[in-house]
Order: sequence, then structure tokens, then C-alpha cells
Amino acid sequence: MALPLVFFALFFAYPVVAIVGRGLKDGGQWQLGRAGEVLSDPDVLHVLWFTVWQAAASTGLTLLIALPGAYVFARFEFPGKKLLRSVVAVPFVLPTVVVGSAFLALIGRGGVLDDLWGVRLDTSVWAILLAHVFFNYAVVVRTVGGLWSQLDPRQEEAARVLGASRRQAWFRVTLPALAPAVAAAALMVFLFTFTSFGVVQILGGPGFSTLEVEIYRQTADFLDLPTAAVLTLLQFAAVLALLALHAWTVRRREATLTLVDPARTARRPQGAGQWALLWGTLVVITLLLVVPLAVLVERSFAGPDGYGLTFYRALESAASMDSTFAVAPLNALRNSLAYGAAATLIALVVGGLAAAALTRRGGRLVRGFDALLMLPLGVSAVTVGFGFLITLDEPPLDLRSSWWLVPLAQALVGVPFVVRTMLPVLRAVDERLREAAAVLGASPWRVWREVDLPLVRRALLIAAGFAFAVSLGEFGATVFIARPDNPTLPVAVARLLGRAGELNYGQAMALSTILMVVCAGALLALERVRTDQAGEF
Amino acid sequence: MSTTRRATVTALAVAAGLTALAACGSGGGESADPKTVTLVSHDSFNASKSVLEEFTRQTGYKVNVLKGGDAGKAVNQAILSKANPQGDVFFGIDNTLLSRGLKEGIFSPYQAKGLESVPEELQLDKAQHRVTPVDYGDTCVNYDRAYFTEHKIAPPRTFDDLLKPEYKGLLVTENSATSSPGLAFQLGTIARYGESGWQDYWKKLKANGVEVVDGWEQAYNERFSGSAAGKGKGDKPLVVSYASSPPVEVLGKKPEPEEAPTGVATGTCFRQTEFAGLLKGAKNEKGGKALLDFLLSKKFQEDVPLQMFVNPARTDVKVPELFTKYGEKIDKPGTVAPEKITENRERWIKQWSSLVLK
Repeated sequence: MALPLVFFALFFAYPVVAIVGRGLKDGGQWQLGRAGEVLSDPDVLHVLWFTVWQAAASTGLTLLIALPGAYVFARFEFPGKKLLRSVVAVPFVLPTVVVGSAFLALIGRGGVLDDLWGVRLDTSVWAILLAHVFFNYAVVVRTVGGLWSQLDPRQEEAARVLGASRRQAWFRVTLPALAPAVAAAALMVFLFTFTSFGVVQILGGPGFSTLEVEIYRQTADFLDLPTAAVLTLLQFAAVLALLALHAWTVRRREATLTLVDPARTARRPQGAGQWALLWGTLVVITLLLVVPLAVLVERSFAGPDGYGLTFYRALESAASMDSTFAVAPLNALRNSLAYGAAATLIALVVGGLAAAALTRRGGRLVRGFDALLMLPLGVSAVTVGFGFLITLDEPPLDLRSSWWLVPLAQALVGVPFVVRTMLPVLRAVDERLREAAAVLGASPWRVWREVDLPLVRRALLIAAGFAFAVSLGEFGATVFIARPDNPTLPVAVARLLGRAGELNYGQAMALSTILMVVCAGALLALERVRTDQAGEF
Repeated sequence: MSTTRRATVTALAVAAGLTALAACGSGGGESADPKTVTLVSHDSFNASKSVLEEFTRQTGYKVNVLKGGDAGKAVNQAILSKANPQGDVFFGIDNTLLSRGLKEGIFSPYQAKGLESVPEELQLDKAQHRVTPVDYGDTCVNYDRAYFTEHKIAPPRTFDDLLKPEYKGLLVTENSATSSPGLAFQLGTIARYGESGWQDYWKKLKANGVEVVDGWEQAYNERFSGSAAGKGKGDKPLVVSYASSPPVEVLGKKPEPEEAPTGVATGTCFRQTEFAGLLKGAKNEKGGKALLDFLLSKKFQEDVPLQMFVNPARTDVKVPELFTKYGEKIDKPGTVAPEKITENRERWIKQWSSLVLK
């Protein structure tokens, strides 16, 4: 537990506390009056209201659309299921710059919908909500669907035999069993949408601003650190409350259920109703998830003289171009992979140790630590970035221009995923096995190696895969600190999008497509080693 | 079991491979090497590799570039880290941010060689030489030639033109609060109509259907009908962009067209001058001074247009044909004094937001 604690203290708590402290203290004086001032500003209240409102609406909409999907993935067996399960997870790990352009191409001016029916949703709140569904569909499908596939269908059948109607059986038996998972998924989606930044910036237009966007603007544009600090604390409080609720629902879920092998619960759909549900879900997934991604791919091939590899060739020849701007795609890809691998290693070590510590010990302190590990998901990247800048600036910890800064920052986001994936599996390991080994004379290290490791190996791989995919797509912190001579794929995409001209735009689309394929590849590789225990993501 | 084991072995092999990759990517950790000089800049900084190598040949110093987000963010980073600067030279503070940087005292004075070839009006810190002008560019309304030819109306030329009924609903601009061209356009109207008149102008512009989006990318790539990236699907033939955007639209086009597909409304421009300065507390002060000289050298100045799509500060260097043929020379751009901008920036943006966005 010591190592994860030190890691978080050094690379998360210290920078964040320092930057917030700098904002709240002026010349040694605490500026607490500032808090009241900020919190009574009508503009800030409006932002706060919109943040909560859009997060609630996004969560509701995501549940509405994704729950049938969770059922389909849990209960039906159909060809291409594994591939599809990877596809739905791709958006979750794609950077918002990429998705933003894909969405604009779909629902913006002259987008596909506009061409077909004259429907334009950009700069409306619908664009934000739909993009949030796009990003978080996988969270619901994986969290709820994972548990659903392990619920014994015979329980519901038993209820039916005993005279319950289909509806009654569902409401009395299945729903109560699923409720904690639904609640956990809803809270995760709420957390992600509550702290939404890129989606709101790109798709929302100037009328909309979330707390996270406001923190960014106050910090990066106005250098108004006091206001930013107050807002950061506000967001902190909200995220902590959400995490506490989440931890509570998760504990309830772990406590009560007897689970079965998901392979035995899924079967081919039967009857018109089930087929309709399957096809309905496939249509929804196609429209909502596949089409935006396909538009991206289409644009990457749509060169000035018809379809072709023009943009990919331009990327390739950029390598020989005499400019510090040009980065060969293979270089960006190599940088991304290298950073991602290093971040994954860090996340695995830190997250694995943390998860192990959390399994062994109980108590309030440990639960608090659990929440602390999740906090990076809810803290603005600009806060962390500026914090790094003013704290990690002196030897031996002058990491500001070190190669390791990027993987360290990415690992902060990866650790929660590792912990959440490992924890349920580790908790499911029968304590008596460990005790038996200990009684027989094994050292604690040997107990871990011989008992825990073989049991959690696959969960470990899944955790690694998720941490890796998330690192690949991480943008907010990376853009802040990535060195120009080795940008990652998302950073290179953003740079290209920032320039005029068809060639730059096309190259951005081509790079995005490459990134997407790599993410999808990583996730598909994961499907092959999926554990029976679904984890929490 | 055997599949599990195979998968594990594969994954371990992949992990090992990736780690090896990671290791070969990590060769860049640099120390306080007296032979390197560190340039801190924003995302748009670019130079030809061969030009930077030329600097190394001349002086023996290797340039290490650190970029920190967009211009505003990079400046704020430099201010936050002034006690212990990230590098030796900062490049990319412009006239809209200049006096904030000067007030915070992040620069040491140094008079770079070659300054005599830079026009007076670009030298905004002439008395003390804390910063050196390196390039300038203009933010102007761009228009889609095809649209105006097709509809047989003349494209607008001035701010006043934009209020005319024939241009109703045609202009898309960026949010002043979140986008630097957006702010530049607002400052352009302040330069033109003064502190008393600009709000009135925006009221009329709003009545004439101006649309606002958050960032340049959306405005230009998605909304503007003249950008090739949007495949002409945008429906706004007028957009706030740069005077150098038309030449960029021609890049990579074969055969080269007679004129750029887009043009510039020359009476709507606001000039941004970019400066470089020696950071106070620089570890390699000597190298930093050499780098400042180099930024003003003909070699670097000639490289500026095609790398950053702005104009060189020196008047005595050759500008590439792409710029002279397809670009527009702006004679009377709007300007506002840097101190005035710093003093009023936040208030102006707030006023603009409540006027235009609500």
C-alpha cells in the first residue's frame, strides 16, 4: 500500500493541492471571501446548473439506449458478438478531438443527416447528449451486461413456474439483482459526463459550459487562479460524493449474488420478440456508434481526386519533410505505443498493489483510499498539468521536460481502471486458500505468486489492456506535456486539425483512423482473454 | 488451460516488445547541458529541421523545443513557472498578451541583432528590448469566392460592409472567450469603432445574423463553405480566419490554380505580432541570446512563412511565392495598445459574451 500511496501523493495530491493552494492564497493571505464571491456569481451558478442537468440527462439517455444492449450482449449468442463487443468499447477510449470531428461530420452542417433529412444537431444540447451516449454506451454494456450474463436465468424461470407473469418475474427477480450494477454504471456515466470537457467544447458551442470547461478557461485563458481553485474544490466535492455513492453500490453488489458461468446463460434468440430486440440493438449500435466511426474512415479516404490513399501517403511523405511540425505517422504511433506501454506498466504496478491492499484490509481508511484512487477521473487535466508545472520543477523531481512525465500522467488515469478490474476478482479469491498456503509455510510473497496470481492472471491482462487503450487515447494531460519532437497520435491529430487546408484535415482523419484501428485491435485482443468475472468496466 | 497459457505467453511477449519500444523512445531525457538551449513555445511553433541544424552549426548549441498548448496557455505556463523557468527563450507571446508577460517580469532585456531591419511599428517594447518581434499575422474575415461569384454579389471588404443586408446570416466567427482569432476579431472592431462604439457594432452584427462557434476548427473546417476540408458543405461563405489562410488552401493542389479559392476582406483585419524574449533566470543565458539573434536572422525569417503561415518581422527577406501569389497584403490593420488589452481584456470578453451569446 505504501507505493501506491507515495505515487498518488507525489504525482496527484501534491500538484493539485499546490495549484489550488496558490489560487486560494494571495501573498500569504487566505482568500476565503473569494469563494463566496464566486459561488454567488450568476454565471457560475448557470454553469453549475447546466453541468448537473446535462449529466443527469446524458445518464438517463445512456441507460435508456444501452440497457437493451446490455441484455442482448448478456443473454444472446450470435455470430460476430465478440467483434461487436470490442467495437462498442472503441469510442470509450478514443480522444474527444477525433470523435468531435466524426460527430460534426455526421450531425453538423452538410453532415450525413443534413444531406438526408436536413437535420442538424450541432451546437444544440442534443449533440452533447448523443455524443455522451456514444462515449458511455460501453460502460453500461460492460458493467450491467457483465453481471447480467452471470445471473442464473433459472431463477427467473422458477418464478414463472410459480405463477409470476413475465413482468412480475422481471421486476421481482432480475431487476433487484441488477439494480446495484445499474446504479454503479449510472454513477460512472454521471461522473464522466459531469466532468465532460472536449465534447461540450467541440459540439456544444459557446452557449454551453460545464464546470470542467469553466475551470479550464479560468486557468488557461484568464489565469484567474482564485476562481479556478474555488471551482476545482466544488468539482472535487461533487466527485467525492459520487464516488462514495459508487463505492457503496459496488459493495452491495459484491455481497449478495451467486453467479454462474456466462457461457451457459447466453443462447440464440428465440421467437419474434427476441429477434426484434437483437436487430433493434444492432440498428442502434450501427447508427449511434458505427456510423460516426465509419464517417471518420470515409473522410480519411476521400481525397481530392476521389477515394484513395492520398492522405495516408501524405502522412508517410511527411516523414521526409523538412519541418518540426511534420511527424511521420509511424513515429507518432511508436510514441503512442511506447508511452502507453510505460503508462500501463506503472498503472499495473500501482493499481495492482493498491487492489491487493484493498482486498486484504477493511475499514473506513481503506475505503477512503479506494475513492482517492478514483479521483483522477474527476479532476481537470489542466489543474493537474499546471500543478505539475509548479511542483515537479526542481531536482531531483524536475520532471517537466522528462520523457516519463507523459506516462506518469497517463497512468493516473489508468490506475482506476486497473483497480476496478482487479478488485472484484481478488475479492472473490477464497481467503482459505491463502490461509492454507500460509499454514503450510509459504511467505506472503509466495502466497501471492502461487495463489492469487494464477487466479487473477486474466484479470490482470484485461486491466493492462484497458489501461493501455485509455493511455493511447488520453489527450488532456498529454497535450500539456508531450514533447513536440515526439507527439502521440491524439496530439498529432489535434495539431493537424488546427491548420487550414484539405491536406491537413485529411491527414488528421487518416491518423484518427489509425488510432482507432490500434485501439480496436487492443480491445479485440482483450476479448480473447476475457475472464468470467466481468470486473466493473 | 492451454489457450489461457498461450494467451498469457502472447501477452507477455507483446508487453516485452512494447517495453523495448518504450525504452528506445526514452532516449530524450536531457540534463542541464551547456550545449543545448531550450526554447519554450506554443503549439504552432514550427521551423525547418535544416534551419535549426544551421543554428547548431553556427553556434554549437542544439535547440530543444518545448511546447505548451495554445498561445495563451503557453504564456500562462511561463508566468506560473517564472521562479524556475522551463527554458531559456520564450517564443510566441503576442501583442494581446504582451503586457501581462511584461508586468509579471518574466523577461530579461536583450537587444537582438538584426532589429534595424524590423519596422518600428512592430517594436512594441522599443525602450527596453525585453522582447523581440519575430513575426506578424493578420486575423481577417475570409470569403468563399465561388459563393459570391455564383450569387453575383461582391464580397465584403470592411467591418461596415458586414452589416449590410446582402451579407445577412453569412458570417461565422469564434467565441472571444475561447478562441484567439475570435478575440482578435473583437479587438479589430474595438480598434475600428473605439471603446464607445464597438458594442453598438456587435449589436448590429448580431441583428445581421452573425453566428458564433467555440473554436477556429469548427468555424473554418465545418461551417465555412470555402474550406476544402469541409468539402464545401459548410453553409457560411464568410468566416473569421487568417490573412494567410488562402495560400494554405492552395497547398498540395495540382495543378496550381490561378487564384486561391478563398479571399480576404482586407478592411476587417487585426494585426498580431509575435515576440520572443530571454526568460529571466535562464540557465543558458548566452545560448538564449544567440538563439534570439538567430530568430531574427535572415535564415530563420525566410523559413517563417511556410512553417507558421505568418509574415517575417524583417522587411528585407524574401517571402515565398505561395504567399505573394495567393496571399493578400494588409495595409492598414487594426491595432490596440498592449497595455490597454491587458487592462480590459476580461471585461471586454465578458461584455462581448453577454452581448452576443445571450
